This record gives sequence, structure tokens and C-alpha cells, in this order.
Amino acid sequence: MALSSVLQSESADFSFNNDRSFSFGCRFGQTNLGFGAAPGDRLNFAIKASLGPDDKDGPERKIEFLHGTTTLAFKCWINFSVAERNHQRTASKATNFSSQEQLALLNQPAIPFVIIPQFQHGVIVAVDSRATAGAYIASQTVKKVIEINPYLLGTMAGGAADCSFWERLLARQCRVYELRNKERISVAAASKLLANMVYQYKGMGLSMGTMVCGWDKRGPGLYYVDSEGNRVCGDLFAVGSGSMYAYGVVDSGLRQDLSVEEACELGRRAIYQATYRDAYSGGQVNLYHVHSEGWTRVSQEDVLKLHHQYQEPKK
Amino acid sequence: MKIVSGHFYGDNGKMKEYHYTGPVEHRFSPYSFNGGTVLAVAGEDFAIVASDTRLSEGYSIHSRDSPKCYKLTNTTVIGCSGFHGDCLTLTKIIDARLKMYKHSNNKSMTSGAIAAMLSTILYGRRFFPYYVYNIIGGLDEEGKGAVYSFDPVGSYQRDTYKAGGSASAMLQPLLDNQIGFKNMEGVQHLPLNQEKAVQLVKDVFISAAERDVYTGDALRICIVTKEGIKEETVPLRKD
Repeated sequence: MALSSVLQSESADFSFNNDRSFSFGCRFGQTNLGFGAAPGDRLNFAIKASLGPDDKDGPERKIEFLHGTTTLAFKCWINFSVAERNHQRTASKATNFSSQEQLALLNQPAIPFVIIPQFQHGVIVAVDSRATAGAYIASQTVKKVIEINPYLLGTMAGGAADCSFWERLLARQCRVYELRNKERISVAAASKLLANMVYQYKGMGLSMGTMVCGWDKRGPGLYYVDSEGNRVCGDLFAVGSGSMYAYGVVDSGLRQDLSVEEACELGRRAIYQATYRDAYSGGQVNLYHVHSEGWTRVSQEDVLKLHHQYQEPKK
Repeated sequence: MKIVSGHFYGDNGKMKEYHYTGPVEHRFSPYSFNGGTVLAVAGEDFAIVASDTRLSEGYSIHSRDSPKCYKLTNTTVIGCSGFHGDCLTLTKIIDARLKMYKHSNNKSMTSGAIAAMLSTILYGRRFFPYYVYNIIGGLDEEGKGAVYSFDPVGSYQRDTYKAGGSASAMLQPLLDNQIGFKNMEGVQHLPLNQEKAVQLVKDVFISAAERDVYTGDALRICIVTKEGIKEETVPLRKD
């Protein structure tokens, strides 16, 4: 690796094909990001002038990427058996109406009339944990799920620094929203904030494919946002180099009547299968479940252990 | 159909060697690679940051005594390798920000805070990166060893051990095996004590100097404990 960079160092090129050839230089103020950067929230970036056609080299080539990644999230229907039991209980009280019961009913405090919907949705989020810099595995223990606040999660795919920086900034914006409006931000608004932030840098080389998952007034929310400017709402997304393998597993196993355990196992299996076939995905499978009370970390399992668990019974 | 090929075909149909003898465009590169390897290990109540001291460029060695560990606070040391110019500027900026923090908050920055700050400093140059591989080693607020590793644009995470720089791809697997006990079946996971960690770091750098041209000359080890920072220098191969 060292020798190859010597031979290529004659022509260090910059992968920066942009009309904006101005350079902010390296003034001291440039680096004070976050310190006094409040006015207007304008982020000043030092931009190097494009000096010619591109060929990723030098630091560009060695930047950590989460292109090699598999992240997925899907809304699931949780069986609310408690709701059914309530319905049955009130129904039986109404039908078995004897005079004694009538008296008993009258003496009881009023049963509150609650409308419990047939299904309660949640969101399952499953990710792998590998980061690569070229063909080198930079880390097997990356946290690709960013906890924006206790009820919002963001996933990471693409450039590691891009994802973690912009989602951390999103967390700050969500908190500001909460303070200004005295209520929690909705998933749609949070994802819109993120999409608008990165759209300003469209074409400048950011690489970010993220899913914003959460629970708000309208129920579970799942949005896919990326650095190209896409922002779509949906019930199921898989992002990253291993996404196709994950889609195959999730699509074949997704049903309306999955319990929480089964949905988690489906997510886990999908990521495992993706790490099995995609060279750029691996490490551990991190699983989160977003429900009405917020998110919970369900499990973190090493793919090697899952391999033994899934492959052993076949022998 | 026109076939574009980098090879010319000679008379006998076989390809001739491609020798371009016309004018060649040379572009100015603001970066250069100065080599060097950095390593950090976190223990129960200590942290070790080690680097070699060779400064090279191309086929030459500029200096045999240019260590890459820089002391930031009493509990934090940073190792920077890559482009020496950016290493110097970056450490100056970090020192300045540390002073500013100390003046406004009346306390030193903790290792975790330094790591988070460095991430935003690096990302501020997202479109013209600092060509530096950073590893921070120090003690966290509870006194336990902490290692934070970065990429050139600010992505970071906390680790137990990490190697960065030119020989990182050679050292990291060795550390994975000896400290992380990866790919070993049925071994007892013994926690690392300070003496064994220092010996391991020395052995690992001796191996790196054998096989990486950019690593050698001497090894500087900084051991961070609650008593302070102790420095040790060990000679390495000079060839």
C-alpha cells in the first residue's frame, strides 16, 4: 500500500469537478465550526480550486466510506392482542346481560370508551457495521445507526464522515425546533430539514444515503434521504452495496401479521444474508425497534456467531 | 469501429511497448506523503500512543527524529501521520482551540470532547481535506483508557486499539489477534496490563520497520496514566 502511493504520488488529482472554483482559504474562522457558527447557521467550507480532471487519490482515496454497507428499515404491523382482549371483554359484558350483572355494572366506575385501532405499526431498523477505505477494512465496529433523539433514528450509508456530521447537525436542528415550538419535531419535518441541508451541497461530492425513522403524532415514520436530493416516504427501504440481498430476504419474509420478535429476526436474517454475499458488508448486526415510546436497542450480534447459528442446523 | 488502444501494433502484428515521448503535463499537488505510522492502545487505566520518528518524502528521508505524537493535555496525546504540513497546522489549530476552551470554560478539555471537536475541524475542510490520519489516546472522565481514531474528513469512533499511517494495514491485523483475540478459538481473554502493552507495541513496530519503507529509525512511546504522560524512545532499523 505504501509503495503504490509512492508510484501514484506524481499525479495527485482532485476529484472535484465543480464550477465553483473560489477558495475560502484556510482562515482561522473557517475551522471554527460550531464555535460561533450560529449566525444564520451558515457553514463555511474551504474549497480547493479544481485543477483538472479527476482521479481519486491522496486523502480522497483513503477517506472512509460506508458504501460497503447494508442498512434496512421497515414498518411492521405489531399484533396488538391486548386490544383484541379488551374488545372481547367489553363485547361479552354487553351480550351477557342479566339483572345481577346490570346492577354490578351500574356500581362499577364507568369503563372508559377507548378506540384502539386494529394494528399498531412500528419500525424495525437493522444495519451492519463495516467501514471500508478502498479495499481495506477500516473498522468492523462502526455504529451506523445514529440516535438523533429518544424517538428519532438515522441510519448511515455512503461517506462515514458525511453521514455522521449531517445527522449530528440534524440532531441540533431538531432540538432547536423543540425549544422554539414546544413540541417534538415530526419525522417528515426532520427528514425535510436533512434533505434541504444536503441539497445545498448537491454536486460537490457528498455521499450520503440515510433513512430517518421515528414515531410522531401520525404514527411510525420512515423516510429515505440522500445526497442527490431524494426524499421519499415508504414502508421498506434497504440502502447500500448489500441492499439487493437484503431486499430479497425481507420481501420474501414480510407479512402483515408479524410479531415484534419475528420482525426483528427477519431484519437480522436479511442483514446476515447480505453480509454473507456482499464483500463490503460485515461485522455485527445492530437492531433497533422504534415504537410509540421511542426507540429501543434490541440486539447487537456478531455475524460469525449468526453464521454458526443459521448454518449449524443444516448439517 | 475505431478501437482506442494504448498499445501500438508493430509490423508483425505483435504489440509494441508503449513509450510516450511527447510533452507531459505536470500538475501541482498541494499534498505530499511524508510517511509514518501511529498506534494507540487503551488499557484499563492507561493509554499508549506510539509513533515512529521517520519523516520521508518520495525516496528520501528528511529526518530521523520527527516524532508524530503531540501532547495536547495532561490526559490526552494525539498521533498524526500523513502529510506533515497538514499535521503541523492541525496540531496548531487544536492547541489554539484547547486554549480558547480553557479560557472560556475554566477547565481542560476531556478526551471525548477533543475527539468531537477534531471531527468538526476536519469536516470543515471536507472539500479540501487535511491529509492527516489522526489517532487520539488518553484517559476518559472515569480514568479509563480511551482511543479515538479518525479518517481524513472527520469520521471517528472510540476503539480499544488502532493503527494508522503507512503501515496500518500490516499492524492492525496483528493487533486484532493479540489484543482483540480475533480468530482464536478457546483462548482466555486476559485484560492487557501496562508492561505487556508496551512490549507488544515495541514488537509490533519492529515488525513494521522490517516491511514498510516509511517506518523506522526510532519509536517514540507516550504512556498516559493518571500520574501524567511518560515518554520512552526505542531505536528501530535505520535502513
